[in-house]
Amino acid sequence: MIESPNLTPSSPTPPNLSTASKATRIIGWAALAVTGLALLFGLVISGPEVNMRDSVRLLYVHVPSILTAYTCFGITLVGSVMYLRTQSQFWDLAAASAAEVGVVFLGLGLVTGALWGKPTWGTYWEWDPRLTSTAVMFIMYIGYLAIRRMEFSPEVRSRRAAVVGIISILNVIIVHYSVQWWRGLHQGQTFGLDPQIRDMQYFSWFLGTVAMALVASWLLIHRFRVSWLERQVEESQLVRALAERRREAGE
Amino acid sequence: MYWGFVAAGYLAVIGVLSGYAWWLVNRGRALSRDVPEEKRRFLD
Repeated sequence: MIESPNLTPSSPTPPNLSTASKATRIIGWAALAVTGLALLFGLVISGPEVNMRDSVRLLYVHVPSILTAYTCFGITLVGSVMYLRTQSQFWDLAAASAAEVGVVFLGLGLVTGALWGKPTWGTYWEWDPRLTSTAVMFIMYIGYLAIRRMEFSPEVRSRRAAVVGIISILNVIIVHYSVQWWRGLHQGQTFGLDPQIRDMQYFSWFLGTVAMALVASWLLIHRFRVSWLERQVEESQLVRALAERRREAGE
Repeated sequence: MYWGFVAAGYLAVIGVLSGYAWWLVNRGRALSRDVPEEKRRFLD
């Protein structure tokens, strides 16, 4: 019997380029599983509501999106305060990552809210205190992200962004209490300690909230790691540019 | 009538979140090529 030659190339192990880790894989699979359940309950198992009919299903993604955005902006606040106190890159990147993820969820909250508003109120948009303050909040955090892309030195950029990250939290408070402080089209809390909907609808909303929290955690960790890599690349480019300048000056 | 809005909302959420996740994974891979192994030890 002739043995076949070993044709397997003896190449080294390819480098691991992924930003994933064991923890993020667990969070990712959990997020997918709970999202599947949330879709099943939100779209199939739970029934329509008496007044809102089937449009109530949009609240199972609209309210969790907004709550997730609030949480992310809270992390931005903590990260900004901690950065100003410690000058730590970790807190700066955590604040920036949370702001970006928060803007994504807030944008989704605005879109799903408008889609819910059309069949319920008869309009996609109304200059109501809750909607207007939410739009202002969205623009403020877009501004925060814009500051982070400005051509300052990394320290100046981080410091200015941290100040905006702290000030912007005031808007979150205004948005949250706007339905109590001013009269408008937007109703008060549908969910919460005294929910207006119950049983299977409340459970569907709960599942949507858990799913969004898991998805946001996964996104936040990955965004943080990508931001970390961006910072490393930026620093190495700066070192290379300085070395090149010195070489040119020496010649 | 309601289902059109519901479908649009759910599709927007799923589309945007999965697109963002996809972008993050690819951006991370692209940046990792330019960063030495010892500086990528934030992974557990």
